[in-house]
Amino acid sequence: MKLNLRLKIGITILAIFILGSLILPFFNHVDPTKQGIFFKNLRPSLQHLLGTNSQGQDIFWFLIYSIRNSLFLGISVSIFTTLIATLVGLSAGYIGGWYDRLIMILTDSVISIPSFPILIVLGALVRGNTSFTVVGIILVIFGWAWGARTIRSMALSIREREFINTAIFSGSNRLEVIFNEIFPYVYAYIVVGFINSILFVINTEAALAVIGLSKVEIPTLGSIIFWALSYNAFFTGQYLWVVAPVLATVLLFLGLFLTSTGYNQMFALRRGHS
Amino acid sequence: MNLIQYILTRVGSYLVILFVGITVTFFLPRLMPSDPIEGYINQIQTQAGQTMDPAAITKLRQSLRELYGLEGNLVSQYFNYLKKVFFEFDFGPSLSGFPKPVSEYILQALPWTAGLLGVSIIFSWLIGNLIGLLAGFFHNTRWATGLEVVGVILYPIPYYILALVLILLFAYVWPIFPLSTTIRPGPMSIGKIRLIVYNSFLPALTLVLAGFGWNVLGMKALSFANKEEGYVQFARLKGVPSRTIMFQYVAKNSFLPQITALALSIGGIFNGALLTEILFSYPGLGLRMRTAIGNGDFNMLYGTVTISIIAVATAALIIDLLYPFFDPRIRYQ
Repeated sequence: MKLNLRLKIGITILAIFILGSLILPFFNHVDPTKQGIFFKNLRPSLQHLLGTNSQGQDIFWFLIYSIRNSLFLGISVSIFTTLIATLVGLSAGYIGGWYDRLIMILTDSVISIPSFPILIVLGALVRGNTSFTVVGIILVIFGWAWGARTIRSMALSIREREFINTAIFSGSNRLEVIFNEIFPYVYAYIVVGFINSILFVINTEAALAVIGLSKVEIPTLGSIIFWALSYNAFFTGQYLWVVAPVLATVLLFLGLFLTSTGYNQMFALRRGHS
Repeated sequence: MNLIQYILTRVGSYLVILFVGITVTFFLPRLMPSDPIEGYINQIQTQAGQTMDPAAITKLRQSLRELYGLEGNLVSQYFNYLKKVFFEFDFGPSLSGFPKPVSEYILQALPWTAGLLGVSIIFSWLIGNLIGLLAGFFHNTRWATGLEVVGVILYPIPYYILALVLILLFAYVWPIFPLSTTIRPGPMSIGKIRLIVYNSFLPALTLVLAGFGWNVLGMKALSFANKEEGYVQFARLKGVPSRTIMFQYVAKNSFLPQITALALSIGGIFNGALLTEILFSYPGLGLRMRTAIGNGDFNMLYGTVTISIIAVATAALIIDLLYPFFDPRIRYQ
């Protein structure tokens, strides 16, 4: 198994982000969301790697906690969306008929309906008393459809192959065919879909948080920017407060994207055609 | 599949999507635990310092329920809602701008969003695909690799990040563009059009850049694959000049999947446009939604959301219905 360049860069970035945001908080003993702990508007120094903001918070630690929470939300929501997508996609592709048609109408609707306006409505309704879990559940509802669609079309094409008939004639039942014969083929797409889903979830939550419609009290890659904008970080010249999370987001998303496309490339080569 | 069948299935799925979308916007808020009317009454009460007497509150609650269309059971509310949306274009009065109807506000905001989206989609699609075509056709040159790297880096950057970076660069560090959109109402003139273009430049640039990576990467992969097809090799052996091969042979066949992909992704682009509008205070549907939330104006919120769903579904339908003009396989069968 030879890693290609994209996968190498992608995994390196992701590893730094995941390990960094998991391990570093052990070395910090101050709650980064507490205001007025440090002097305000300090320049970057050894004590405060990215300086402090106008609320007396350490920007570096706030950012580390944001990355950790965003990654946590992205990964846990994506586990659910990937499970749903896999079950729905495999069953629709393999069973077919009216069941498949119904599922396709549902997935196509979820894909074509612009999710952001509906998320805005939900954000407005649960504003103030929303918990981070509710945000996660809402994201699951909108996150499963793309994956289900891809996996379904994969399952549909594999269903016509010869070895499926062989399995059926050898006495496998439906479940066995789906999990023993079809699943190994769509496995790579599930991994790619999982990574893309993490990107989607972190992005959507951050986008909602930036305009103040998520649980902004919890530091995430979006809410850190929300607070910076609400305290007019640009006006007061505290560019680092915004630039640091912006750079972190771009790097993290680049890492996720490179890993997903790199893995796809590698798997395509292993299958024998690109 | 002949042309009529193609159009019928596409219109059929359009109606299903509209139906599902509008049903979701109707039912989801009603399944939520919080009640906007009670929230609104609480807000008024705190403003009035708890001095309202209970009879007045009951009356207020009654008239608010009527305004929101919350009278009767859920089923009759639902059909009433469908009838009002589809046949009367009526979303009730705006609560923050009472008694001006929501539909009037929507009609004001819609051209802004449509204009911004239309112009930026056309630009990013055309330029992105042209660059993708060049990068795919000359895939083994150094600058083609460079273009792909640019595409890969741009592709995963979300809308709000691009918007913030552009605001930071061109409204603060080098302030050549306005921070937010301010255009006074009044008759159209050359000066006003210039003002609109000047104010819309950064939001539009955000959308163009965001769509750019996606178009470049998609088109590069397609033209690279089509370049090795049999008919291209035949043309090359026949002595057809390279430029003709690129535009007449490779480009024509690579553009078709990109049109379908555009129709599929229009919802995502629309989401990005709403966010961009909010960040730039651009007077379109997105900003209306955000201010509606701030004011607790739920009629306005549902109105703008319903219109968004209809607009996106219709735009995708139009692209798909134009598709047979580009694809002779559907047109002539």
